[in-house]
Amino acid sequence: MIEARGLSKRFQDKKRGEIRAVDNVSFTCQPGKIYGLLGANGAGKTTTLRMLATILEPTDGTATICGHDVVEQPEKVRANVGFLSTATALYRRLTAQEFVEYFGRLNGLDEATLKKRVDDIFNRLDMNGFRDRRCDKLSTGMMQKTSIARTLVHDPPIMIFDEPTNGLDIMTARTITSFIRECRNNGKTVIFSTHIMSEVEKLCDTIDIIQSSKLLTENTLAQLRDQHHEQDLEEIFIKVVTPHYTAAEAN
Amino acid sequence: MSLRSVGIVYRKELTEALRDRRTLISTIIVPLFLFPVLSVGFGALAVSLVGKAKEEVPKVMLRGGNDSPAVVEGLKKLDKIQIVPDTADWKDQIINKEIRAAVEIPAGFQSDVAEQKSDTVKVYNYEGEMKSEFATEKVETYMKEYRDRVVKDRLAAKNLPETVLKPFEVTRENVAPPEKVSGAAFGGIIGYMVILLCMTGAMYPAMDLTAGEKERGTMETILSSPISRMHLVLGKFFLILTAALSTAALSVLSMGLSFNVLGHYTGQAGKGGNETASLVLKLGPKTVLSVFLMALPVAVLFSAVLMTIALFAKTYKEAQSYLTPMTFVVIIPAIAAMLPGVELTPKLSLIPILNVSLLCKELVAGTYHWNYIAIIFASTSVYAAAALFIAIKMFQRESVLFRS
Repeated sequence: MIEARGLSKRFQDKKRGEIRAVDNVSFTCQPGKIYGLLGANGAGKTTTLRMLATILEPTDGTATICGHDVVEQPEKVRANVGFLSTATALYRRLTAQEFVEYFGRLNGLDEATLKKRVDDIFNRLDMNGFRDRRCDKLSTGMMQKTSIARTLVHDPPIMIFDEPTNGLDIMTARTITSFIRECRNNGKTVIFSTHIMSEVEKLCDTIDIIQSSKLLTENTLAQLRDQHHEQDLEEIFIKVVTPHYTAAEAN
Repeated sequence: MSLRSVGIVYRKELTEALRDRRTLISTIIVPLFLFPVLSVGFGALAVSLVGKAKEEVPKVMLRGGNDSPAVVEGLKKLDKIQIVPDTADWKDQIINKEIRAAVEIPAGFQSDVAEQKSDTVKVYNYEGEMKSEFATEKVETYMKEYRDRVVKDRLAAKNLPETVLKPFEVTRENVAPPEKVSGAAFGGIIGYMVILLCMTGAMYPAMDLTAGEKERGTMETILSSPISRMHLVLGKFFLILTAALSTAALSVLSMGLSFNVLGHYTGQAGKGGNETASLVLKLGPKTVLSVFLMALPVAVLFSAVLMTIALFAKTYKEAQSYLTPMTFVVIIPAIAAMLPGVELTPKLSLIPILNVSLLCKELVAGTYHWNYIAIIFASTSVYAAAALFIAIKMFQRESVLFRS
């Protein structure tokens, strides 16, 4: 379970002064559900997810993940989280297997458990064909599978995906979306960010729309459609976001 | 503090480093082959050039001396020197290196000498030009010998013994053992080499493991794993340190071997005398070990400083432009230690890099000033610890890790 309470992040920028990247965001994510963080570029999605993954520290507020505080116990939080984004690249000079093993060891797995876990994941994701191939020699699809294997090696209850399909072709993107679904079916708590409406429509149980650093609405797709008398998610998104968007531009 | 996590990071970084061509070239190939080939090759070249310059028969122009046939005859008979007749543009010829020197014998020189009048023989040369110096030396030696003969004859004519002019002799004799003599000559270079190579060895991995990781997008991957940032930075640091030390170790080892080979070769050739003999540098295991013990805190200092600076960069290229000027920061104190006359003082022993350079000079010469060794080891260790502390702190700053 993820509980964010008043999560805020401010950066200092030399030219523009203080920037509020995330402003007082609160939400709760339950196990076995997929939460979609929907927003335009620069809305604050990545910063929010990075704070949950303890890669960044919140300026104000906090979040607990499986009962661990992101500020107080970042290492315990990370042990419970699988984090995947288009920015999380592979170590090019390691083989796929070495790469996954490295992260298994960093997660404190002993060698016997690690071997069993790695064999299991490589079978499940059909990765045995490129087990010993170096990561810089992998195709995009193989790389994505290797990244997925990394997030799974310690079997975390929480999965965080930051625009995971960004820049991927349809086939590879499908690998990811079906993986996200599988995570939910296995009872994991899943939160992912995207600006692709169709993904949200297909995957999400709950949609969080974020714009100008603020969480504007949190609802199921059906509720959103009712509320705004609109079927198309893109139209709903525009309706929700537009007043805040112009305000942000004026700032 | 978990050694296991640090070890996991270190092992992975080592695996990656050993698979990286650029790292292998900078930490193994270059120190093992390039530096010894360059330095020994340069040394051999210098020896052979000096030898060639000495073998060349320099042209010396004779000016005047028509009324002093005996002197002219003697000059012409000199070995390895060619006397050419006087021309008006003699100065230009020396400057243009067409002739190496000119000797001017004043009019009536021989008769003046016979009448015991004082005269001046002038030798014109191109100062600092090696071949001109050799030619001048030969002419001067001949003229001085001629003068000595005149003195001898005059004394004999008056029935006076030679000791009238030379009541006693002054001689000098070296009592320092040969390894100390070569140590004094080469100790500076060894320290300089070790320090510089520690730096160059650390440089590439320092950039690859920080800015390179940002550039390749793996920084976010590793930061999302449960390892603490301190363990991560320590694992990286130990790999950089390993590279620094192995670069220095390999190069000193291969330098030592090549010096021995060169010494053997020149010894066999049996020519060249003193100047080639001094090229032979004997490094005992004790010297090598003590130089390395002193290099250890320096390597720690470099690894931590280079890693911290490179961490600020977003890309490998940016890191390169930050670290290249660092080479000068290191080279200047290291060269200062090589200057003749610069010796250890309590104040100098607190200046990083310079102090270790100076100490290495002493160590190679076989001198162990234990109080200096203690001060230098301690002060460098303090600097190194401070640098490592800053590196760890920097790794915890978001503004450094995610600089945009």
